[in-house]
Amino acid sequence: MAKSKFHAIIVGGGLAGLMAAIKIAEAGANVSLFSLVDAKRSHSVCAQGGVNAAVNTKGEGDSPWIHFQETIYGGDFLANQPPVKGMCEEGPNLIYLLDRMGVMFNRTPEGFLQVEMRGGGTKYSRGLFAGATTGQQMLYALDEQVRRFEASGLVNRYEGWEFISIVKDDQGVCRGITAMNLRGDATAQSFPADVVILATGGCGSLFGKATASHICNGSAASAVYQQGAIYANGEFIQVHPTAIPGDDKCRLISESLRGGGGRVWTYKEGKKWYFLEEWYPAYKNLVPRDVASRAIHKVCREMGLGIDGSDMVYLDVTHIPAADLDRLFGGALEIYEKFAGEDPRKVPMKVFPAVHYSMGGLWVDYEQRTNIPGLMAIGECDYQYHGANRLGANALLSCLYAGFISGPVAIRYANGLEKKSNELNPGIFASEAKRRQEINQKIMSPRGKENPFQIQSELSDWMWENVTVVRHNDKLKKTDEKLLELLDRFDRMDIADESVWANQSLSLARQLYNMIVLSRVITLGALNRNESRGVHYKPEFPKRDDENWLKTTKAQWSPGGPIFSYEDVDVSLFKPRERRYDKEFKEEK
Amino acid sequence: MAKTVEVKIKRQASTKDSPRWETFQLPYKDGGNVIALLMEIRRNPVTSDGKPTTTVVWDCSCLEEVCGACSMIINGDARQACSALVDALKHPITLEPLSKFPVIKDLMVDRIALFENLKKVKAWIPIDGTYPAGPGPRMAERDRSWAYDISRCMSCGCCMEACPKYNECSSFMGAAIIAQVRLFNTHPTGEMNKEERLDALMGPGGVAGCSNAQNCEKVCPKKLPLVKSIAEINRAINIHALKRLLFN
Repeated sequence: MAKSKFHAIIVGGGLAGLMAAIKIAEAGANVSLFSLVDAKRSHSVCAQGGVNAAVNTKGEGDSPWIHFQETIYGGDFLANQPPVKGMCEEGPNLIYLLDRMGVMFNRTPEGFLQVEMRGGGTKYSRGLFAGATTGQQMLYALDEQVRRFEASGLVNRYEGWEFISIVKDDQGVCRGITAMNLRGDATAQSFPADVVILATGGCGSLFGKATASHICNGSAASAVYQQGAIYANGEFIQVHPTAIPGDDKCRLISESLRGGGGRVWTYKEGKKWYFLEEWYPAYKNLVPRDVASRAIHKVCREMGLGIDGSDMVYLDVTHIPAADLDRLFGGALEIYEKFAGEDPRKVPMKVFPAVHYSMGGLWVDYEQRTNIPGLMAIGECDYQYHGANRLGANALLSCLYAGFISGPVAIRYANGLEKKSNELNPGIFASEAKRRQEINQKIMSPRGKENPFQIQSELSDWMWENVTVVRHNDKLKKTDEKLLELLDRFDRMDIADESVWANQSLSLARQLYNMIVLSRVITLGALNRNESRGVHYKPEFPKRDDENWLKTTKAQWSPGGPIFSYEDVDVSLFKPRERRYDKEFKEEK
Repeated sequence: MAKTVEVKIKRQASTKDSPRWETFQLPYKDGGNVIALLMEIRRNPVTSDGKPTTTVVWDCSCLEEVCGACSMIINGDARQACSALVDALKHPITLEPLSKFPVIKDLMVDRIALFENLKKVKAWIPIDGTYPAGPGPRMAERDRSWAYDISRCMSCGCCMEACPKYNECSSFMGAAIIAQVRLFNTHPTGEMNKEERLDALMGPGGVAGCSNAQNCEKVCPKKLPLVKSIAEINRAINIHALKRLLFN
């Protein structure tokens, strides 16, 4: 590796992490990139539905200012406004950059970038699509740029490595990480760095019924939370209304199908009932995800009108000509056909809500710095851009933007350090690695009959049932009691593999502990917040309560459980107003 | 008695150990895939003759066939485990690791060679930098559309597994790498450096290693036009070589 003035570690090889790696390597500094899977296989590949940027190439009068307002409104005013404005303003530049990197974005007949209106919560053509796999295509472009820096010796990849913890010095400054190799000797090792950026994604898969990749369970964010990083707005978990149920995971059927004319219905008194169209005449099937998921929940759970008494309803595109369907939604329909075994061009799809996105995440300042000096967070693992509900096609943008701005901040911070991490007493690294290896040893030796994957199933069932679309305080309390029981059972586990070589059970058991700890943050955060806002809905408190709850939830770890505090939201740019989708949104000038 | 599924798995404790077979009887679940079967074993790692065993190791991530992680040999065919539905498979189901890559453990293999080869052929667009320079070059939707098809390659390794010329005795890089060169040489900016990529495919491991068996395209889970891509690159290399001969 070429020698540079400082050394950065980035954990996570998705869009955000790769973008940060490019920005730092481009400035001539060394980057070590740690990723659970090959970066190319990160969860960003799953984003089918486009990326928002107010390029206004169709002359509709769209602008970053309107994009900003719709994002804030869609998020029910819980996001701090200045960073969201920054993201929307940078949107077009980021898309142009990705275009230059070779992303095969759809084109107009004249060969320019095509923009389309297919997302929820907007009336402008603001979505750019690269076929039906936009996230995959953007991830590949960034992965290729990073490979170029790898070839020139600036980036070193640790793919197949799991992040375990950060290493802190006597002043509490983050000075590196510990990690283990899941494709070889999985002994905990330490790696010094002058700055560490976490880009480890969301926590969806801890809910079991989720569209998240297998690897997205919030474990890394939970690990640094347990080391003192503040976790913010954990209770805001987005449930996507249209997924295909599955035993291993749920697969998303993109919102763009509803944008392109797909209709949601179920049978009522023997007739097709288009309940979204009836309840929300202004936006119809294109209401934001939280609204659609609650409507489906009401229809299935309260009215008992799901398909054959289940939690499923129909998503119907059979009225759209097959040629149009293939051109516009080939990818999504192919997934349905492949995994549900039926042709959605001929039979209505059976869909089901599933956990999709975590708006909450590690607390960061406007420059993506956590409260631990030297530790930054970007992408879905931060809490910054989506408030109480994320709009469709804003996730990819927020990953690109956070990655893009974090690089220069990391460089400035590392250059300003009085002592570089490799000048410190190496003992701090060795002792953290030793401590982590002792925990590994404890997990690997059988201490009872509990199976970690069984515990994980129970965790998922409880979280899905009680901490998603509709929340009741009594059930939230019971869920927290269950979480404490699971933590207790964790100590009586047998992971059925004692070898140190490529031990996936060790890795998953370690993650499981972190998942349970993070689940408490989510559950208790929801219990405390006695109002309804965005995805967080309590029938006991059905209204938004700005007087008491226009506040960011901040959770800090303690041995006895999370300690909560609350911080005012910066609403300096766009005054809060009631959020409703039965009539059209009018933006402020 | 409840319906069950029989699964035979070729297991290997580490790169150095020799392989062994284990059989599992698993509860049948409607609409399940091979991943769900493997997850079931993790919850109850006991073989069909009642012996406790270690949990099975395999690679997976997205579980919707866009990440390329879960390639393995299922009933003799290289494919993704996530899109292999139990109902559509012959029983008993056999699972083996890909054979053209070193086994790390059980069904997990080391595909680093694939990424190293992408580096060799410079599979990227050499942009000037990340500063704002406006939009990229214009492109005809017609070209964009087929280039997109190639850009969906998820580096799963199935085409290499199926290729008779991709093996320990040859340095042939395989169809996926050659198709990526075609992709980058088509892009208006990438085209400016096409000679570098063609050079990388002229020497050992390059396109001459292909014996035109065409297995690659048959097994590609994303149906990439691999045969045509190899032919196109072959042609481009011939022209490139001729030009060099005439003008250098």
